[in-house]
Parts: sequence; C-alpha cells; structure tokens
Amino acid sequence: MRTPRRLFFAIFALAAAILPQSAHAVTVEKVVSPGGIEAWLVRDPTIPVVSVNFAFRGGAALDPADRLGLAEMAVSLLDEGAGDLDSQSFQRKLNELAVRLRFDVNLDEVTGSLRSLKENQDTAFDLMRLALTSPRFDSDAVERIRNQLLTLLARNAEDPNYIAALGWFHDAFPDHPYGRPVDGTPDSVKAITADDLKAFAKQRLARDNLLIAVVGDITPEELSPLLDKTFGALPEHAAPDAIPEVAPAPPKSDLTVIGRDIPQSVAVFGEAGIKRDDPDYYAAYVLNYILGGGGFSSRLTEEVREKRGLAYSVYSYLNPMDRAGIIFGGVATRNAQLKTSVDVIRKEWQRLHDDGVTDDELANAKSYLTGSFALRLDTSEKIAETILSMRLERLPIDYLDHRNALIEAVTKDNVDRVAKRLIDPKNLAFVVVGSPEGIAKASAEPLGKLPREPGFSEKPM
Amino acid sequence: MSGSRILGSAVALILGLGLTAHGAAAAVFNPITFTLSNGLQVVVIENHRAPVITNMVWYKVGAADESPGETGLAHFLEHLMFKGTPTIKPQEFSKIIARNGGQDNAFTTQDYTAYHEQVASDRLELVLKMEADRMQNLKLSDAVVLPEREVVREERRSRVDNNPDALLDEEMNATEYMNLPYHRPVIGWDHEITELGTKKAIAFYHRHYAPNNAILIVAGDVTADQLRPLAEKYFGSIPKRDVASRKRTEEPPHHAAKRVTLRDPRVSEPEWVRDYLAPTYTAGETQHVYALQLLAQILGGDSSSRLYQSLAVEQKLAAGVGVDYESEHVDLGEFTIEASPQPGIPLDKLEAAIDAELAKILEKGVTDEELTRAKRQLIAAATYARDSMGTAARLFGIALATGGTIDQVESWPDKIAAVTAKDVNAAAATVLKPANSTTGELLPAAPQTAAAAP
Repeated sequence: MRTPRRLFFAIFALAAAILPQSAHAVTVEKVVSPGGIEAWLVRDPTIPVVSVNFAFRGGAALDPADRLGLAEMAVSLLDEGAGDLDSQSFQRKLNELAVRLRFDVNLDEVTGSLRSLKENQDTAFDLMRLALTSPRFDSDAVERIRNQLLTLLARNAEDPNYIAALGWFHDAFPDHPYGRPVDGTPDSVKAITADDLKAFAKQRLARDNLLIAVVGDITPEELSPLLDKTFGALPEHAAPDAIPEVAPAPPKSDLTVIGRDIPQSVAVFGEAGIKRDDPDYYAAYVLNYILGGGGFSSRLTEEVREKRGLAYSVYSYLNPMDRAGIIFGGVATRNAQLKTSVDVIRKEWQRLHDDGVTDDELANAKSYLTGSFALRLDTSEKIAETILSMRLERLPIDYLDHRNALIEAVTKDNVDRVAKRLIDPKNLAFVVVGSPEGIAKASAEPLGKLPREPGFSEKPM
Repeated sequence: MSGSRILGSAVALILGLGLTAHGAAAAVFNPITFTLSNGLQVVVIENHRAPVITNMVWYKVGAADESPGETGLAHFLEHLMFKGTPTIKPQEFSKIIARNGGQDNAFTTQDYTAYHEQVASDRLELVLKMEADRMQNLKLSDAVVLPEREVVREERRSRVDNNPDALLDEEMNATEYMNLPYHRPVIGWDHEITELGTKKAIAFYHRHYAPNNAILIVAGDVTADQLRPLAEKYFGSIPKRDVASRKRTEEPPHHAAKRVTLRDPRVSEPEWVRDYLAPTYTAGETQHVYALQLLAQILGGDSSSRLYQSLAVEQKLAAGVGVDYESEHVDLGEFTIEASPQPGIPLDKLEAAIDAELAKILEKGVTDEELTRAKRQLIAAATYARDSMGTAARLFGIALATGGTIDQVESWPDKIAAVTAKDVNAAAATVLKPANSTTGELLPAAPQTAAAAP
C-alpha cells in the first residue's frame, strides 16, 4: 500500500508546481469623475447587476468615550429616512426595486454596499446619494434603531465568543479606543442624541476619506457622471482622525477566566501581530497559515482537533488594523479538557518560535495561498470586496497581477525570522469564558463594557 | 436592521430571468444532465467567468434516514469520509485539496449529505478521482474514528449546548414532528453520539453510499463534453448497489397546538418562535409551495413587510421579526415566524399582536400591490443568485436530493410569476392553523418575565 500512496501524492505535488501565476480573469480600471471622485471598476456584463462597495476611513474608534456605539447607530439609520423620504418611504423604494443598500462599521472604517439590477441602477445610486448626504434621523426611526441596538447588546452579553473577544481587547488596549466596544454599552447607546447622529454624518462621511469599488454591468462612461451625482455633495474634508498607534499591553495574566455556567469553555488568545504595510507581512501571512490559518492543514487543527479530539474548531488569524497589528485565535473545548487545549496551543506557540517551519510546510502553504487566490474572485460580490480592501490597504491597482509573486518570494528564512519576532509565548494571553476545570477562577466579567468581536474582515492578501 | 431571513435559506430562489451577455433570453441556468449506467446522475452548469469550478457530490441520505437509537450517524459518517481510503491516508483528503489551491467541506441535513470542493478548473480531474475513491473505498479504524467522535461532541456543544436558541429549536422539532424522523436532531443526542463507532459508520456507509443514490454536480469553467468522459472514467466503474429505501413513517393529522417554553439562566432577552407544519415540493399539499414562498415574503421578507411594519414600526413591540419557509424537505417542512421583543415587552403581548396580523391576512387576504412587490423581489433574487456558481450547484443539489427535478429549479421564476392573490390566501388558510403550530418561547430563568409564562 505504501508505494501507490506515495506515487499518488507525487502526482499531486507535480501538479501543484505548475500552477499558473495569474489564474484570475479580473481587470481593474481606474475611473475618475470630472469632479475628481475616483472609483476602481471591474466590468462584468455576465449578469445584469451592478455592485458598489465603499468605505470611509475612520470607524468606531473615533466615537467619543461617552457615546460609544455612535458610528454603529448612525450607519444603521442612514437608510431609515433621507431627503424628502421618511423611513418607511425610503425602505419601500429600496424593497420595491429589490435594491440592497447596507452600511456597517468596524474600529477603523465605515463601510457600505449597494447592489442593484442594471435596470434600476440610476434610482439605486440616487437612494445611496440621499442616504449618504441627507439622512434625516427622525425621532421615530432613531428610537426604533436604538431599541434594536439595545436588544443586540443584550444578546451579545449572552454570547461566550463575544464576551471572550471583548475581554481580550479590553485587556490588550486598556487606554486606547481599540479596547472599547464598537456597539457601545447600554448607557452609551441610551445617551446618543439626534444631534450626535447629525454631527457624525457631517464630520465623518466626506470625499477625502471615501474609497469606492464598482463591479458589474456598467461602463466607465456611465459610472463617471454617477460618481459626481452620488458623492459630489459630500463635504470635502472629514474631521481629523488622530487615533494613536498602539501595541497590545503586556498581559497581566496569561489566562483570565470569565465565569459562565456553560458546558463548553470558549477561549480566545492573541498577542502583538503585524500591520499590513510591514515588510514582513507576507512572511507573517504564510506563517499564520501554517500555524492556525490553514484549516485542516494547520498545526493547531492537527494537534488540537485531529490528534486529540479536543475541539470542533481551532484557528488563528492576523488582524492588521490601522493603528495596531495582532495575531488572534480561538478554540472551544469541554470544561474538563479546556486546560489541555490551552496547553497544546501554548506548546505549538513555543515550537513555532523555537524551530520555525519545515520546507514542506512552506511549500504547501504557498501552493494553497497562490492556487486559491482565484477562488476569491469568482463572484461580483467577492471581487468588489477584494478591490475595496486593496484600496483600504493602499495597494496598487495592478496588485492582483503581482500578489502571488509576493507569496512565492517568501523564504523559509523569512518565516523563521518572523516566527521569532511575532510568536512570543511569554506574551500570549488567553481569555476563557466558561467553567474550565483545573484553572483558578478569576475576575467577574467586565459586563457592559464588552467590545464587539473585532475586525474579522478578510484582507486581500 | 429589519429582520428578514427568508432569502438566506429559501434556496429555491436562485434562477435567472435576465439576459445573457449575448442578449438571448435565458430564463435559467440551462444545466446539462445525464446519467451513467450505474445510476449516477450528473449535472453540469457551465459558467466561464472565472477559471474555477465547484464540484459537489450529493448523497440522498440524511439524519432522517437513521434508525432510532443512532441519532447523529449520518453526520458522523460525513466527518469520517475525510478519514481516508487505501490510497489516501487519514487526515490527508483536505490537505491534498489545499495543496492544489482548493477548498473543501461537507454538510449534512435531515435529507441529504453533500461533499464539495472549489478548485481551479485544471484540477477538476483530481477532485473527481478523489470523490469517486471515497464513494467506494472508505477505510476506517478506531484510531481515527474515536477521536473524531469527540470532535463531533464538541461540535454539538458549540452549536447546541452552549446556545439556548439552538436548544429551543431542538426541543421544538422534537415536539412538532410527532412521527416523522425530523423530530430527531441532525447532529444527534449526545448520549447516542457516544454510542456510535466504526462498525455502525461502515454499515451506514454500505447501506446508503452508492452511485445510484448520488448526484454529481459540477458548476463553473467546464463543459459537459469535458466532464462526461471524466465522470465515466472515475465513477462509471463503481457498481450499482441496493440502497435502503427512504420510505419514512408518516406524520398523522395534528389536533392540538403545541407550546414549548425553555427557561435558561443564560438568556437575558426573550425570543419568540412559531413553526407551522407546511407542505413542500414533494410532500403534503404540494400545490401551495410557490404561494407559501410569496406569503413568507409578504409577511416578513423585508422592512416593508406586514409583520415588520405592524410590530416594529407601528406598535413598537418587536425589535426584529422574520419569516422563513422551508419548502425543500423530502417530507413535510416548516413555515416559521420569529420575533424578538423590544426591551421590556412581554412575549404574550408580542404573540397576541402577531396572531392578530395572521388573523387579518386569513380574513382579508393579501393585496395585489404587496403580491406584485413580493414577486418582483423573489424574481430579482433569482438574478442576483446567478452571481455564484456555488449557489447554482447547491440549488440543483438540494432539489435533486430531496426528490425534486431540474425543472423545479429552471421553471421557478415562471411559477412564482403565475401565483395569484387567491392562491396565496388559500395557502395561508391551509397552513396557518392553530393545530398545525408549535410555539416556542425562550425566557430567562429569573422570575421577572413571569407575566409571559404560559
């Protein structure tokens, strides 16, 4: 049995080696309107649909300390009445035309997306214009959305994953906006006024912090005037964003337990990571794939799940935020065995720091990361997200053509050096929610202060 | 932040009405289908936008095909299908896919089990070879099976035991389906999962996994001419086998409204759920299926829907409300209404207001205007769905694995367009009956919401 098996794998290894370098079929064009508004466009007439993804730099980290949740609440209200249309009229127009207009916010940016059938494109852009440039914040809609947010906060407070992530960020960024909850707290959400919301729209949605990606059945000639019509009435400048750079605080404790009476303990863990513009970013990306980013191919899954049956899911990922980088992960294990999972993860952290990676691991990581890149570009929605991420990360417009070469260029020496730099077992901090056995129970939870699970957004690596 | 979930899971909604790039009318995905001599049905959905393919193998077996006492076996076997064959080592399947730049996974429901890979189109032959291999050559031993059983128990804790919403759902299903096997959870009861093992898994595999009980679906950058010889080469030689019948115990008429109240100290915000037993494409009064899809949209499909307007906007009782209709089960499905109260609103008040809205629709029916709007949205959703080849593959897989047809997917927009207000009213009258219903309440353990107790 041994021989055929080896042969089988040899065939696959050879196949992997001849993967084309640029296996995607996406061309990104730059469109600049007469008024100077820039969008990156990928034309695709396959289906009669137009998608727009956009972002304004500056997110929930800019919320005033006594108005946490302001950005979240404001963006939830942008499509709840604008211009001459009250909330119900605005929503009805969207629904009648099957236009999807969404807004969201994370620590670093406000994001939005529009999707419309080609035939309704002009109306859809106009509704987006109204939402961005003249939201009403009528009191009826404000109170309804406030109640939805309060309900969300109450449900978050029941969610062990949310509680754990919140606790971790709270400890890692005690004196920085990154340690605060994106969704706010019940008190801060109750304190937000219509004036706060109006000031948010005026100060934070502007042309100089706006980034736009468009995908679908639309030409540059059609798009260009629409850009001016839609975004031209926004103020030229956003309020200054003076959030300072920050590194996670050295952990006071390598493991904190937030007691909850649940059968399975939920743990998150992490430490300082790397920012997107760091020269070591690609090496770190490959490194994380090998550690805990690669699903069944990762060391953490192999050791925690496959060998020991300790968890259904265990993972790590890089979270390169604007002002800090972290490497973060999670696992959930029955209370009696949680400590074993923690020990195994710590051991893997140490092993990676000490010994680096093997040639095989590096080759497998590269063949996945380069070969799978085309899978991120197979639908309009994924393409629009990827193009917008490129803009947020200040990558060049031809990045898609070079991205795989950047992965290929990573060497074992790079990865081993980055392992020494980033993977530091002494600074790895766990926060556990549950009733884990064999671990002293610590603090009560910082309830009411819980930040939302931080930026899980996929970067366009 | 309105609360509609219907488009997310009502996977029937995924066809196309628009124009193709060439300007020709294309009402559908236009798949090509053929069947190998061993009974394996093959479906090809061509789309050359990106140089990738989605490959799926669907087996017409799910949790509802388990014997009593072995809940979770179909799902456990799904996990074990990644544990190797004589030519693929345990744990290697997914690693090989990853080394080839692909992603793979699988899922199990009451009615089907599906395995899927997404890879560059030049790797199609590899994934076909690997799927054909594990269709016939699965090799298991306690050394890999027993740790995986613990993984599945952890999965149950993550999905269900740590999650009061999911516990309520499990209790409601157990109450709602009195005689159909749908009353058992797909993931299994923990005390029965612990009794599963290598022998039971292999027996289940031999009973259900065969080419004549499977569907191969490939969507993306491939043609039927390319696929056919490869399908023949790898799957054609797998012998046909007798497989267990899907004849299940049938649901008797229901005579009593049911109520399930779960109190849990972890809950701070109550939730309210109502399930009505409902026909599907293949069970019960099937003529109502399309009308029920529109009824779900009209009642709770978006922020302009009846329930959201009445409960969230006008009466200010609900923070969110949604309606979901599961029309693609082999046997009877569910028509579900879910609502979360605004802070401080007791569930009985919310329930009374929802019942008043349902009474109104039963008495006065739907308007032409709301029907027109709902149709436009569903048909647009079909166009949007054409963006994803993975979605296309899933749609055909679900239809075929639950006893439906290719045409069920292909003709969907036409069928939706043909529904009248009278049809919707008749469907509502058939389904929205108290005796058909199970009402679930998720409540905190503390006594402050005693007012909402039954």
